[in-house]
Amino acid sequence: MPIEITMPALSPTMESGTLAKWLKSEGDMISAGDIIAEIETDKATMEVEAVDDGKLARLLVTEGTEDVPVGQVIAVLLEEGEDESVLDEIVTKAEQKSQKPEKKAKADESDDGQSEEAPAVLPARPRAASVPDEEEIPAGTEMVKQTVREALRDAMAEEMRRDDTVFVMGEEVAEYQGAYKVTQGLLEEFGDKRVVDTPITEYGFAGVGTGAALGGLRPIVEFMTFNFSMQAIDAIVNSAAKQRYMAGGKITIPIVFRGPNGAAARVAAQHSQNLAPWYASVPGLKVIAPYSAADAKGLLKAAIRDQNPIVFLENEIMYGHSFDVPKLDDFVLPIGKAKVVRKGSDVTIVAYSIAVREALKAADALAEEGIEAEVVDLRTLRPLDMDTVVASVRKTNRCVVVEEGWPVCSISSEISARLMEEAFDYLDAPVTRVTNEDTPTPYAANLEKLWLISPEKIVRAVKAVCYRD
Amino acid sequence: MLEFYRQMSLIRRFEEKAGQMYGQGLIGGFCHLYIGQEAIVVGFQSALKKGDGVITGYRSHGHAIVTGASSKEVMAELTGRDAGIARGKGGSMHMFDPEAGFYGGHGIVGAQVPLGAGLAFAAKYKGDDSVILAYFGDGAANQGQVYETFNMAKLWSLPIVFIVENNQYAMGTSVARSSGQQELFRRGEGFGIPGKLVDGMNVLEVRAAADEAVAHVRAGKGPLLLELKTYRYRGHSMSDPAKYRTREEVKTTREERDPITFIKKRLLEDGETEETLKVIDNEIKAEVADVADFAQNAPEPDPSELYTDILVES
Ligand SMILES: Cc1ncc(C[n+]2csc(CCOP(=O)(O)OP(=O)(O)O)c2C)c(N)n1
Ligand SMILES: [Mg+2]
Repeated sequence: MPIEITMPALSPTMESGTLAKWLKSEGDMISAGDIIAEIETDKATMEVEAVDDGKLARLLVTEGTEDVPVGQVIAVLLEEGEDESVLDEIVTKAEQKSQKPEKKAKADESDDGQSEEAPAVLPARPRAASVPDEEEIPAGTEMVKQTVREALRDAMAEEMRRDDTVFVMGEEVAEYQGAYKVTQGLLEEFGDKRVVDTPITEYGFAGVGTGAALGGLRPIVEFMTFNFSMQAIDAIVNSAAKQRYMAGGKITIPIVFRGPNGAAARVAAQHSQNLAPWYASVPGLKVIAPYSAADAKGLLKAAIRDQNPIVFLENEIMYGHSFDVPKLDDFVLPIGKAKVVRKGSDVTIVAYSIAVREALKAADALAEEGIEAEVVDLRTLRPLDMDTVVASVRKTNRCVVVEEGWPVCSISSEISARLMEEAFDYLDAPVTRVTNEDTPTPYAANLEKLWLISPEKIVRAVKAVCYRD
Repeated sequence: MLEFYRQMSLIRRFEEKAGQMYGQGLIGGFCHLYIGQEAIVVGFQSALKKGDGVITGYRSHGHAIVTGASSKEVMAELTGRDAGIARGKGGSMHMFDPEAGFYGGHGIVGAQVPLGAGLAFAAKYKGDDSVILAYFGDGAANQGQVYETFNMAKLWSLPIVFIVENNQYAMGTSVARSSGQQELFRRGEGFGIPGKLVDGMNVLEVRAAADEAVAHVRAGKGPLLLELKTYRYRGHSMSDPAKYRTREEVKTTREERDPITFIKKRLLEDGETEETLKVIDNEIKAEVADVADFAQNAPEPDPSELYTDILVES
C-alpha cells in the first residue's frame, strides 16, 4: 500500500499551515527521519520528518501553498517494490478530498471513534447525595468546656491513637509544641517519628506530605499560618487536588492541610488574610472552616479519616475561645453539612468561621429591635451545603452573607450567585454581603477596625434587606 | 542485555509512532517524546525490585511502559480513550500505574521531586526497605522545591535516588544558558548528598550505577544524586521549532552516541545474531502497529466520566 503523507499537526492548536518548501523531490528515496519539507505556522517554521522509508512518488501540494489544512494528503510514498500504477487512483481520491469543505473532509476521516466536536449535550452532573439531617449530639450527652485549640489537639491525638498511619508535620509542631500550641503534647505522646518538625520550607513539605499520602500514609500538614501556604499552593492545587482525576481514579491522596487562616490582630497585610475562597474554588479539594470547638473537633476527625485532600481552615483569634464540646469517645461530624446555629424567621445570615461570632452578636442586637435572624454556619465551604441555606431562605425570604475576607470572587459572592439560581423566587430583597474592605489588611488599629466586618455592619445590612431603618 | 535492547527499541518505536499519530491529529495537547533517552529508564528499572517506586515529570511514556504498563494502555491514553492508563483523563503528561509502583506523570516542572521524597518518607515510616527513584530534568534542577527536598531528604535520610536526566536542554534553554554551575551531579553537595555523573547513553553503565545507588539507598545510607548525561533527538514537545540547536548537533549525537546502536553493537560482539535482533524488531513493529490501531479505535470515555474520579466518594 502506498503511504499517504498528510499535513502534520505541529502544535496543539494548529489547524492549517503554509507548505513553505519541499526539501526532497519526486523520485527521491527517503528514509524515516529525513527532513522532507518545511512548514510555516503562525508561530514558527518547522521541519517535517518522514516517518516511513520509501520512494517519494508524488508531491500533491506545491511549494508556497498557504492554509493547507492539517490532515490533507501532501505527498505519496511508495514502499520498496511497489508499482506506480496504483498512484493515479490515490492521487485523484486525495485531490477530491482536499476540495471538499474542510469540516466535511474531517468528518469523513473520523469514523475512528474520535469525535471531532464536543458532545452536543453535557450530561447532567450527578448530584452529590445530600448529607442527611441527623442529630449530631445525642440528647443527654455530657458537655465539657474546651477551647478550640484543645479540641483540635484532641481530634489529632484521638485519630493518631486510632490509626498509626496518621502523622503530623510542619514548622515548630513538635519540640516547640506548635507556634500556636495546637500540637501541644503530641510529641510527648507519639514521638518524633509521628510528630515531625520540618525546616521552613512550605513548598517542599507540602509536596513531601502529598507524596507521603500517595505512599499510603495520612499526613496532617500544619501551616504555621495559611498565609505561608501561598508558597505551597502548587503542591496543594496541582499535586494533591488533581492527581486522582488525572490518574483516572487510580490515586488516592488522604491528606489534611491545616492551620490558622483569616485576619489575625495587628499583623498587617502579609500575615492577615482569608484564603478560603482560593481553595474553595478548586475541584478535588474539600475545604472546611469551623467556628465552634465542637465543630472543630468533629470535623477535624472526619477530615483526617477522609480519603481526599482537605484544606482545614482554623482561626487564630478563635483558638482561645471556649465552647461546649460533647464528651463522647468518638465524636465525628459529617463534612459538607451546614448548621443552623440560631433559629429565626425574618432573615437568614450565612457565615463561616469567625464571622459566625459576628453574625451571632448581630442577631442578638437585632432581636432587641424585633428582628429574628436565623444564622447558618456553613462549616464546610466545599462542598457547599446549599440545601440548608436555601431551606432557610425559603423560610425568611431574605439573606445577608457575612465573610471575614475580601468581597471579590469570594464565598459570599458564590452564595449570592447560587441563591439567584436556586432561590430567586423566594427572595423579597437582593442578597446582600458584609465582608472586609477590598484592600490589603492595614496595620493601624483604627484602620484595621474599619477594614474588618463587625456586628454593626451586619445589623445595618440586615435592616436594609428587611427594609427597616 | 537482549531485554535491554528489546525495551529500548520498544520505547523508540512507540515514541516514533506517537509522533506520527500526533501529526495525524490523533494525539492532542503537549506530547513530549523520550527518543534518545531510553537507556536511562531501562537501565534503572532493571535494578529495582517489587515494591520500589518511580516518579517523573511529563516526559512519561517510557517510564510508564518500563514500570509495567502495557504499551496499549499508554497509547490509548495518548489518544484520550477510556482504555487509557488514566482512562483518558490524563493524557501524555499524566501516566499513572501505582500498582506497578509508577506514581506519575507530573506536569509542573520539579513538583515530582518532593512527591518522590514523600513516597520515600512513607516507605521509611512503614519500615519496608523499598527505594524511590525520582527522575527530573536539567531544567527542573533549577527549581527551588528540588533543593527544599534535598535538604529534607538528607535530614531524614530518606531512601531516594534523585536522577537528573540531563538532556542538555530545558525547552530551548541549554544548561549553559540556565545554570551558573553546570555540574548538576554536584548540586547535592551543599546538602550532604553525594553525586555522580553517569553516561546515560550507555545502558550498561546506567545499570551498574543504578545497582550501586539502589544498594546504597536500600541499606539506609541516605539519598544520592545521579546525573545522567543524555540527549533528546526530538523537539521538547511536538510543537518545537528547534532553533536553539543545530541539526548537525542532533545528527552527530544520533550517529555517535545512540543508546540502541550501542547496545546492538555490543550484542553482536557478544555473539548475538542479526537474525535474533531482527526477530525482536519485527515483534516490536507488530506490537506498535497493533497498539496504534487499538488506540485509534477504542471508544472515548463516556461523557458521564467528566464527573467521576474527582473525589473518593465515601
Ligand atoms: C513550574 C513550571 N514552569 C514551566 C513549565 C513549562 N515547561 C514545561 S517543560 C519545561 C522545560 C523543562 O526542561 P527539563 O527539566 O530539562 O526537562 P526535559 O523537558 O528536558 O525532559 C518547561 C519550562 C512547567 N511545566 N512548569
Ligand atoms: Mg532537559
